[in-house]
Amino acid sequence: MQLARVIGDVVATIKDPNFDSIKLLLVQPIAADGKDVGRPLVAVDSVGAGVGETVFFVRGKEASFPWHPIEVPADAGIVGIVDHYTVPK
Amino acid sequence: MLLARIVGTVVATRKDPRLVSNKLLLARPVDPKGKAEGNYLVAIDTVDAGVGETVLIVSGSSARMAAGMKDTPVDAAVVGIVDTVDVNE
Repeated sequence: MQLARVIGDVVATIKDPNFDSIKLLLVQPIAADGKDVGRPLVAVDSVGAGVGETVFFVRGKEASFPWHPIEVPADAGIVGIVDHYTVPK
Repeated sequence: MLLARIVGTVVATRKDPRLVSNKLLLARPVDPKGKAEGNYLVAIDTVDAGVGETVLIVSGSSARMAAGMKDTPVDAAVVGIVDTVDVNE
């Protein structure tokens, strides 16, 4: 899993039918210090995350597992909202 | 998933038989503001997207979960036509 910050949302009317009623969010991967790392990407949301929250997401086919057995064609999915994390110095 | 803009179509007569009667599109990833970045990619179209549209592309093995793509040799599929991208930060 990777840490990320939710920075926005994506609306698509015409989409794969298995995406119906699934929220699409824009996430920016971050490092432990909160700085942006790499490019933002679109992830499906299974936990009710919102803009501004720190989350962790899975990459690959596992992104669709929260909706099993529906085969959601997603390669990134938010699976947790981070309350807090600590990095000992 | 990636945000991308469709920049063209791809025609291939000789191809894997499981790809027959699928439309191939040439796409260029874009950032949330619509600026093109990164390398072009060939994606299977499952939502009737066209040149100039901003789309959602799923990559990796998840692309096989797009409608009608079961057991086909694809690693990128267009699964949504993007209406709006909202960035709130």
